[in-house]
Amino acid sequence: MENKIDLAVNIAGLSLKNPVIAASGTFGFGREYSAFFDLSRLGGIAVKGLTLLPRKGNPPPRIAETPAGILNSVGLQNPGVHAFIDDEIPFLRRYDTAIIANASGNTVEDYEEMVRILSEADVDAIELNLSCPNVKEGCMAFGSTASGIARVVSRVRKLCKKPLIVKLTPNVTDICELACAAEAAGADALSLINTLLGMAIDAKTRRPILGNVMGGLSGPAVKPVALRMVYQVSKAVKIPVIGMGGISNGTDVVEFLLAGASAVMVGTAGFVNPYAWVQAIEGLEQYMVENNCWSVSELIGGLIL
Amino acid sequence: MNLIHRVRAIKQLNEDTFLMTIEAPEIADTGKPGQFVNVKCGGPHAYLRRPFSLCRIDRERGTFDIGVQIRGRGTEALSRFCENDPIDIMGPFGNGFSLNREDRRIAVVGGGIGVFPLLQLLREHPASEKLTLLGFRNRNQVVLEESFQNKSDELVVATDDGSYGARGFVTSLLESKLEESPVDRVFICGPALMMKHAVEICKAKSIPCEVSLEERMGCGIGACLGCACKVRLSDDWDYAHVCKDGPVFSGESIVFQE
Ligand SMILES: Cc1cc2nc3c(=O)[nH]c(=O)nc-3n(C[C@H](O)[C@H](O)[C@H](O)COP(=O)(O)O)c2cc1C
Repeated sequence: MENKIDLAVNIAGLSLKNPVIAASGTFGFGREYSAFFDLSRLGGIAVKGLTLLPRKGNPPPRIAETPAGILNSVGLQNPGVHAFIDDEIPFLRRYDTAIIANASGNTVEDYEEMVRILSEADVDAIELNLSCPNVKEGCMAFGSTASGIARVVSRVRKLCKKPLIVKLTPNVTDICELACAAEAAGADALSLINTLLGMAIDAKTRRPILGNVMGGLSGPAVKPVALRMVYQVSKAVKIPVIGMGGISNGTDVVEFLLAGASAVMVGTAGFVNPYAWVQAIEGLEQYMVENNCWSVSELIGGLIL
Repeated sequence: MNLIHRVRAIKQLNEDTFLMTIEAPEIADTGKPGQFVNVKCGGPHAYLRRPFSLCRIDRERGTFDIGVQIRGRGTEALSRFCENDPIDIMGPFGNGFSLNREDRRIAVVGGGIGVFPLLQLLREHPASEKLTLLGFRNRNQVVLEESFQNKSDELVVATDDGSYGARGFVTSLLESKLEESPVDRVFICGPALMMKHAVEICKAKSIPCEVSLEERMGCGIGACLGCACKVRLSDDWDYAHVCKDGPVFSGESIVFQE
C-alpha cells in the first residue's frame, strides 16, 4: 500500500526522491551524519556554504542557545570550492541523493566564478547564498536589496548550467520584492529563509555571547516567521519555493508544503535529534497515508483559507 | 543507534555538583578517557544537547558517570532527573587522551569541574607513577578527593582561598612539583586561564602536555563547525573543532584567547 505513495518532487529540473533536503551549513558534507543513517534516504543535501578560497570563519564562541533555537556566527568556514569538488563530491556520490552546492562570494565576479566552476562539477543544483548574515562583505550586501539580487542573479544566470536556486534572507522589510527580483533575473527556484539576524548577551559578564557579537537565529523559534514568508513568497512568484526555518518533524514539513513550498530543508533540528531528517520524511509519509494523499503535489499550496 | 539510556544513580557531591551514573553498555564499552557524551537535558529552555566528559566508566556493569555542576538551563534541567528515568544521550564522541606506554610518570592537573575527565584517565593510564594536582575555589567545591586518591601515587589538593589543602593556584603546585622531579607527560583540564598557565609551565620545562577544552557546541559531531578553537600550524593558525578534532589537544598547539 505505502509503496503507492509518491514522495518525489521536481523543482525546476532538479528531481528529488522526496522533498526533504538537509539545510546548508548544518550537515557539513554529509560525512558526520552518515554514521547515523543512510544518506540515500534524503531527497538531497545542501552542502556547507562554499567560497572560491578556503575560509577560516569567525572567532569563537560561534553558537549561543536561545529559547527554542540557536544563534550561530560560524561565518562560512569551508575548505573552498576546489577541495569540495576533489574531496567531498566523490564521497557524496556514493549515495543516491541530490547534491546541492551552496555558493557564496564577496563580489559579483566571485559569484560568477563560483557558478562557472560548479556548473562543470558533478552537482545537481546550485544554491546561491545571497543571505549569510555572518560575513561582512558580499552576500547580505547583495541579498538585502532587489537591485543587488537582480545584478548578481542576472549575471550568474548566463553562466549557470544547473538548476539555479536563490536563497533569500528574512532580514528585509519586504521579502516578496526580493523574491520577484530573483525570479525576474532568472532564478529557477527560491529557498528561504536563511537565519534571522539576532544577538545574545551574558548579563553576568555584560559581554555578547558570540565572538562576532551578532549571529543568525534558527530552529523552532523562527518557524512562524519562516512559514509566513514561504506563504507570501510562494504566492508572489511562479517558480518553486523551498521552505525552511525550524522544521523538526513531518507535521512541520506538511505545514510548509501547505504554505506553498515544493520542498523543504531541515537544519538545526538535526543538532538535537540526528534522525530529524529521516523522521521528517517518515512523518510526511505517515501523514499522507492517514490523509489519503498519493502525491506530495496534492499538499503543495493546499492551505485552506 | 539507540539514544535512549537510563539513569542508574545520582550522587550529590556538593551543593551544586552531582555525579550521574548512566546505564549504556555500548557507550561504556567503547568510551575512552577524555571522550564526551552529548546529553539532551530537556526542560523548556535547554534546546541543544550539552557535552559532558566521561568521568568514570564501569564496563562490567555497562555504566558510566558524568560529573555535573549546575551552571545554566541545561544542567539545571539535568539536576531534575531521577533514578531509572530514561535519558537521551549520544556518544561517545571526540578523541580522548593519549594512553602511551612510554609515559612512565604522568601528572594530571585539574581545576574545578575540569577534574572529571582526569579520573577515568588515571584509571586507565598505564603509567607506573601518577601525580595528581587538583585545584578548587574553596573547601566546599572540593569533589571526588577519595576517588582521585585511590588512583594516584600522590595527590595534592589546593584551594584558592586556602580553606582546604594548600593555599593558591594549582598551577603553582605544578611548577614546584616539576621542579622537584620531571614527568613524561602532563594532562590538564580546567578553566581556560589555568590551562594557559599550566601549558606555559610545561613548555618552559619541555614537558609534553595535553589539554581538554570546553566550547559551546551545536551538533557535537563536527557538522556545524560551531565549537571552534584556535590552533597553531607550522607558520600560520587555523580553527579546529573541539567536538571532532578534540576535546583533547596537545598543549603547544592551542592558541589561548586573551
Ligand atoms: C550552524 C549553521 C550554519 C549555517 N550555514 C549556512 C551556510 O553556510 N549557507 C547557507 O545558505 N545557510 C546556512 N545556514 C542557514 C540554514 O541553511 C537555514 O537556512 C537556517 O538554519 C534555517 O533552518 P533551520 O531552522 O532548520 O536550521 C546555517 C545555519 C546554521 C544553524
